[in-house]
Amino acid sequence: MEKIAFQKIYTKISKITKATCSLIAENAGYEELALIHKRLAQVVKIIDKEVTLQVFAGTEGIPTNAEVIFLGRPPSLRIGPDLEGRFLNAYGDPIDGGPELTGIETEIGGPSVNPVRREQPSQLIATGISGIDLNNTLVTGQKIPFFADPDQPYNQIMAMLALRTQADKIILGGMGLSHDDYLFFKNTFENAGALERIIAFINTTEDPPVERLMVPDMALTAAEYYATKFNQKVMVLLTDMTLYADVLSIVSNRMEQIPSKDSMPGSLYSDLAKIYEKAVQFPDGGSITIIAVTTLSGGDITHAIPDNTGYITEGQLFLRRDTDVGKVVIDPFRSLSRLKQLVIGKQTREDHSQVMNTAIRLFADAANAKTKQENGFDLTEYDDRTLRFAFDYTEKLLAIDENLAINDMLDTGWELFAAHFSKSEVGIRENLLEKYWPNGKENEKVNINTESDS
Amino acid sequence: MASTGKVRGIIANLVIVETNETVAQNEICMILHREERLMAEVIKINGSNIFVQVFESTRGLKVGSTVEFTGKMLEVALGPGILSRNYDGLQNNLDSMEGVFLKRGNYTAPLDESKEWEFIPLAEDGQEVMAGDWLGEVKENQIVHKIMVPFSFEGTYKVESIVSKGSYKINDCIATLNNGSVSSLTVTMVQKWPVKIPLRSYRNKPRPFKILETGVRVIDTLNPIAEGGTGFIPGPFGCGKTVLQHAISKQAEADIVVVAACGERANEVVEIFKEFPELEDPRTGYKLLERTTIIANTSNMPVAAREASVYTAMTLAEYYRNMGLKVLLLADSTSRWAQALREMSNRMEELPGQDAFPVDLPVIISNFYSRAGFVELNNGESGSITFIGTVSPAGGNLKEPVTEGTKKIARCFYALSQQRSDSKRYPAVDPIDSYSKYTEYEEVIAYFKENVSDSWLDMVSFTKDILIKGREAQEQINILGDDGVPVHHHVLFWKSEVIDFVILQQDAFDPIDQMTPMERQKYMLEKVLNIVKMNFNFENFEEVGSYFRKMINSLKQINYSEFKSDPFHKYESELESIINEKKVA
Ligand SMILES: Nc1ncnc2c1ncn2[C@@H]1O[C@H](COP(=O)(O)OP(=O)(O)O)[C@@H](O)[C@H]1O
Ligand SMILES: [Mg+2]
Repeated sequence: MEKIAFQKIYTKISKITKATCSLIAENAGYEELALIHKRLAQVVKIIDKEVTLQVFAGTEGIPTNAEVIFLGRPPSLRIGPDLEGRFLNAYGDPIDGGPELTGIETEIGGPSVNPVRREQPSQLIATGISGIDLNNTLVTGQKIPFFADPDQPYNQIMAMLALRTQADKIILGGMGLSHDDYLFFKNTFENAGALERIIAFINTTEDPPVERLMVPDMALTAAEYYATKFNQKVMVLLTDMTLYADVLSIVSNRMEQIPSKDSMPGSLYSDLAKIYEKAVQFPDGGSITIIAVTTLSGGDITHAIPDNTGYITEGQLFLRRDTDVGKVVIDPFRSLSRLKQLVIGKQTREDHSQVMNTAIRLFADAANAKTKQENGFDLTEYDDRTLRFAFDYTEKLLAIDENLAINDMLDTGWELFAAHFSKSEVGIRENLLEKYWPNGKENEKVNINTESDS
Repeated sequence: MASTGKVRGIIANLVIVETNETVAQNEICMILHREERLMAEVIKINGSNIFVQVFESTRGLKVGSTVEFTGKMLEVALGPGILSRNYDGLQNNLDSMEGVFLKRGNYTAPLDESKEWEFIPLAEDGQEVMAGDWLGEVKENQIVHKIMVPFSFEGTYKVESIVSKGSYKINDCIATLNNGSVSSLTVTMVQKWPVKIPLRSYRNKPRPFKILETGVRVIDTLNPIAEGGTGFIPGPFGCGKTVLQHAISKQAEADIVVVAACGERANEVVEIFKEFPELEDPRTGYKLLERTTIIANTSNMPVAAREASVYTAMTLAEYYRNMGLKVLLLADSTSRWAQALREMSNRMEELPGQDAFPVDLPVIISNFYSRAGFVELNNGESGSITFIGTVSPAGGNLKEPVTEGTKKIARCFYALSQQRSDSKRYPAVDPIDSYSKYTEYEEVIAYFKENVSDSWLDMVSFTKDILIKGREAQEQINILGDDGVPVHHHVLFWKSEVIDFVILQQDAFDPIDQMTPMERQKYMLEKVLNIVKMNFNFENFEEVGSYFRKMINSLKQINYSEFKSDPFHKYESELESIINEKKVA
């Protein structure tokens, strides 16, 4: 951390709470950084000469005569080419034993892009995962979280996805990451030989929680640098945004603000939007794509954190374990990529949208049949076929362990339709049926021997 | 001399200013910070402490900074050149800002002051006029834009002089008016109006009596909105609020469309920026952009300006309404505006109401919706603002203050259902929970009799009955099992499915299906109800589903085909033969 010469040193703290210290000081700027008792703090309130500082590492042990120095600048990151391959903490200081950064001191959490200067996201991101590419196609410049229960392998999926996508830079913002997961990311990126494409800002559970409030802005400031200066395609991974929001609520509670739903601050929507809206397609070709993780508690998406997230992001990818096939899948009902129509049928085959929608509709029929079955009713012959279809569909297309090209996904879709249904049952536009329906195959109530649920 | 003060406190975008000079509630002031001027609005006055909400980030701001009050409330500039513009919530022209990133304190002129307009006078020397009366007109895109007596003028005036036909800039004098006092008043083509004050200058506000066609079947056929009416679309995220609003903005039969993108995603506005210059107004053939103005205050833009943005949009709508035009105003999402109010109220430590929203929220919502309506102008012409807002209920639960507050005032309720959206039944408007109060208006009933058909509204309520019966039948089947109910229940359920798939569901991304004119809606409803009224012969319940699936498939092909084209007729005859397979004569 830095030393500032000729700065006035204050030594009289008038109030201390769990999160903040107040003192009489002159000339402090709003959101300016200060060092208190050698800990980094930020101005969060000024009334006349009384300045309130939020201490990132907490106020434990701070005495009333602690030294306070104002740094004259808001939180910032040293931006430059030497960021590449580095692992840094929430302040942007190295934690990988490498040299200090030497770039230009740049404010984090800077201004928003003028909406009329944005380009419409238009480049498909192929991940090889059908639950994404087929049903919820991603586009550069998009922001989308995984909604997952804490026991899902979301960090593994994110790392795999990021490496497959050929982004120019992958910037990891780890918040409340377990030390093990931090090492997992580090090793995975190292083993993939991708380190020079990686920059990571890491706050682990061993670090003070309030520090993680800076992680997204750090990651996105670095992202803006590469996306605007070098027109690179940058992928930002933020995990876990629920742990980020939890700290927002702790801080607002300590500052005695009125909580709204689920004890979250009333500004949660704006706070999260400021982060996610940094995802952008720039006119000169650079882009920032944000893939985040929002862990759920018991699958509850009505909780204020996933709820506000869903209102901000361009869809969500819902992870769940399918007990029939015993694999982790991307749930086709609760998942959505709002930008998919920008590329579906344009950068992918013309039948994409109809194959996707039809498969999901038939899958919904299967879900109804399943409810019937669970309630002890007889199934119709159509119900039986939907169930068999659902099993195949889950195994071949929804499970995240597949790696397919999009045309193969579409062909698989048609194969499954033909194996289980007649042309009139799928309700697809006739010109597409003629072109893509597998030759000579039409299940007109014929029982094909595909296995039913095991 | 305008008042000045000094900053004495800063809590996020709430700033406390100290002054002993005169200040008005809602007055605009400028906070001087280095070379930047940050705009703010007075929201509370307590002795010499003036609480202002800053329309910008307050990063770096210090106590002691000078504050200049302007003596004015937040105003918009009204004049030719508003159409096709992209404004932020404070009517700054986003296109004339430099650079890719927004710069704090960078305020740009809303109107082009150097552009020349072909002015045609309508008033004559010596004529008596009042606020809002038409003095002349210019052509703005394809719209005849009236130049009106400033709305702030009270009483009657005589036109002392008016310029003759010719090219003028917005700040040129086009007329002088006199109300008997010594000096005359100069009128230009631009005037200002405070956004939080409803712009009236009309004679009368009768009840809406005719329908505004949107081309969306669940709206026009089932729960139509009136021209000058109000409606709202609540729904959990991802259920289709924005897609539905965009569809309406493209297809509705309006002269002017004002879109307020209020605290939602920037990329959704970009979609409009990119599409509207290309797409055509299906009725006039002119580019959609020509009739549209966009107010973009997206979720990452300053929160206080988000609150202002809906008022800015409404005032622009009122201005065009007073030209005798049919204006459609859309706001996505009004919940973000309510949240902006909440953030500020909490910061001011006001006693919170439900979910920490300000206690007077329902009143604020209600006052805003009341600015919509159908009006008769002083010159006998009429104009209207039809307003549709979206609501984003927390957790998708409609028992929350914004939804409940809006329900009290808005006359159409388009409830989006999570369940319908999950099964991709778009638009996910719940056909049973939703309503339009306008179909109960005598004037509207008469309108339908005259313009659609005598029996239209009966057909619509019959359709709703079938949907309800179908839902009941489905519940019975779920409880008792497929063979636990008579075959008749299955038939009833599947008949409601026909209505669902063919009338309710509509693909917003299919070039033909996306927009259905009223004539075609009538044609299709009649066709579907014919089927619903038929008797069919089924041996067992298993036949029912596969038969109707086939029928729905054929009806959907009809929906995908150009109205009364060859393929359309081909699928119609295909449908005929399917019907004849099982129909009981
Ligand atoms: N009428 C429709 N036709 C086809 N797809 C739709 C329709 N309405 C919504 N969708 C789908 O639902 C997604 C979410 O819709 P959107 O309007 O953005 O939801 P909301 O604004 O309620 O969050 C869209 O991206 C699209 O995939
Ligand atoms: Mg939306």
